[in-house]
Amino acid sequence: MSDPKPLSFHVPAPAVRPGGTPDFSDVPISRAGEVRRPEVDTAPEEIRDLAYAIIRVLDRDSEAVGPWAGLLSDDELLEGLRHMITLRAFDARMQMAQRQGKTSFYMQHMGEEAVSCAFRSALEPGDMNFPTYRQAGLLIAGGYPMLDMMCQIYSNELDPLKGRQLPVMYSSREHGFFSISGNLATQYIQAVGWAMASAMRRDTRIAAGWIGDGSTAESDFHAALVFASTYKAPVVLNIVNNQWAISTFQGIARGGSGTFAARGLGFGIPALRVDGNDYLAVHAVAKWAVERARRNLGPTLVEYVTYRVGAHSTSDDPSAYRPKTESDAWPLGDPVLRLKNHLIRRGVWSEERHKQGEAEIMASVIAVQKEAERHGTLHAGPHPSARDMFEGVYEETPPHLRRQRQQGGI
Amino acid sequence: MPRKTMVEAIRDAMDISMQRDERVVVFGEDVGYFGGVFRCTQGLQQKFGASRCFDTPISELGIVGAAVGMAAYGLRPCVEIQFADYMYPAYDQIVSEAARLRYRSNGQFTAPMVVRMPTGGGIFGGQTHSQSPEALFTHVAGLKTVVPSNPYDAKGLLIAAIEDNDPVIFLAPKRLYHGPFDGHHDRPVTPWAKHPQGEVPDGHYTVPLGKAAVRRAGSAVTVLAYGTMVYVAEAAAAETGIDAEIIDLRTLLPYDLDTIAASVAKTGRCVVVHEATLTSGFGAELSALVQENCFYHLEAPVVRVTGWDTPYPHAQEWDYFPGPARVGRALKAAMEA
Repeated sequence: MSDPKPLSFHVPAPAVRPGGTPDFSDVPISRAGEVRRPEVDTAPEEIRDLAYAIIRVLDRDSEAVGPWAGLLSDDELLEGLRHMITLRAFDARMQMAQRQGKTSFYMQHMGEEAVSCAFRSALEPGDMNFPTYRQAGLLIAGGYPMLDMMCQIYSNELDPLKGRQLPVMYSSREHGFFSISGNLATQYIQAVGWAMASAMRRDTRIAAGWIGDGSTAESDFHAALVFASTYKAPVVLNIVNNQWAISTFQGIARGGSGTFAARGLGFGIPALRVDGNDYLAVHAVAKWAVERARRNLGPTLVEYVTYRVGAHSTSDDPSAYRPKTESDAWPLGDPVLRLKNHLIRRGVWSEERHKQGEAEIMASVIAVQKEAERHGTLHAGPHPSARDMFEGVYEETPPHLRRQRQQGGI
Repeated sequence: MPRKTMVEAIRDAMDISMQRDERVVVFGEDVGYFGGVFRCTQGLQQKFGASRCFDTPISELGIVGAAVGMAAYGLRPCVEIQFADYMYPAYDQIVSEAARLRYRSNGQFTAPMVVRMPTGGGIFGGQTHSQSPEALFTHVAGLKTVVPSNPYDAKGLLIAAIEDNDPVIFLAPKRLYHGPFDGHHDRPVTPWAKHPQGEVPDGHYTVPLGKAAVRRAGSAVTVLAYGTMVYVAEAAAAETGIDAEIIDLRTLLPYDLDTIAASVAKTGRCVVVHEATLTSGFGAELSALVQENCFYHLEAPVVRVTGWDTPYPHAQEWDYFPGPARVGRALKAAMEA
């Protein structure tokens, strides 16, 4: 046998880096209306193709087309648009507040607003989300008071979490929003556990787990899929593929797998890919997956193909790792613009009303912000008390913690 | 009074808890149909059905992570990690999730759950079936950590742990499962059936978390011990004739400082013993607590006797295990200082 050739080491790299010309022409994008809509009780092995396609409803002419269209009324769509505009306005104000030194940290949703807003409208009261830090649309579309969100971000005297959590790590049991950890992926298996519990108790409520493309590489993701598959848990497992995990392009986590959705196939879990910037498509697929869970047909894995237009967080600078114009080149467009154009096309909206609506929403967000700031900001206070730091570690404060609090003069 | 092994007492605790509260569920590797590799869950699936007691995939992360979700839902999971040595994949779920959920959500979500695992050596289990990782849990705010030393306490502490509204780590010394062990590995074991501490009442009772027990009253030196080491300390006291006061901590966190401090104030001397490695072990915390709270009563430096700072060996198990000879030497050192 001849000497073998030396091995070579493979590190995936994105097609373009700063200074280059963004090019997504090699990203396969299904045509709107092209992908079939199977019955929810279809066997997973019969719909494996859906893990590689992209379910889309809105076409280039802003028409809703194909088998996934037609679920939402004009009013529901207008409501969806209002949620997304609200989230964008909220983001803009909080991003600026962080830059003004009013808080330490912020994470915006720019480009991904449709994912959480449209998903929320597919749930019923009592269902539980296990979100990441970029699903605040679940709260906004779920009617959670914006004042509470802002007070959490400011860690002020009204902060529902008493100043203990980093900004945007909200929690609201009442609104079906599980406490955000900040550690990645841990919530995915917890969502499966919650769903298992619901089934064990013969409840009717379902759970939704959320994860990003990058953190699908965590073991928690794998554990979640194993448990969901084994126990046929009533859970929707969402992957928000926004192309970037801080500076790391999605190819590092995806590896040789064709798509993130395809990871579900080996577990026998139905896996769908959907245009994450298409409010109608996100809602339709969410409805399909939620119905599967509700009818005790088991878990569904959904990959939302989207793009993180903004920085990962206020501590990040994307110009260091991707072309500044990359988001403009992103082929799935802007979710707010696309829904706006569709509503105009339907004859229930107009450019003028949109401008007016944006202005009204921004004014109301600013009014809430002023109210929140009357109760303090991180840097100016007032904050939750130092005593609050010692509360809630346990149901009852144990002697050693009481002694420490006393030693601290608190 | 009926007598039970520690395994039977642990099983009884879960059985009773499952009868009393239908939110209590039990699961883990080999836990369902088979009843666990140590038989702690034998019969529970037959009695309560597979929705209450079931087998899981081999994923400690999955077991604990799912339990956190179930606890947030409103169940009271009592999960088994087959050996404490296997818990590391679940550590993030324990430390960052279960332990902090109440705090970070300001009480909106809690994690009333028990992670039960066999701990410690003395069974020729080698480095992956012998570890005592308790200090990795006592270091974590939001957890309670329990180590019983006998069947009565095992049952009462486990019921208390299941009923507690915070996450509890329940470390059961596997060397004590079928009888007490004083560190003399070459002598026959006294089964719990012939031991007074094998007496376990039927029905519901609890042993409160956070309360130590004085196993042997004495005036010469205080020994702080838990789990298997309680019997090693008793053997060492008997063999040296030193009138040691042996305190079985039972709960490591929250610890019972009142009982510890009262004893050291009385004896003026303190020996801390555990099977786990020395450096940054729970004995370091105990030693510091005694120094901080009893300094003016101390007539000698606090002495620690622990496993060596090596991985747990196989062939050298009895060179590693801190047996009665080493503890006896420490008692003498404390007396002679």
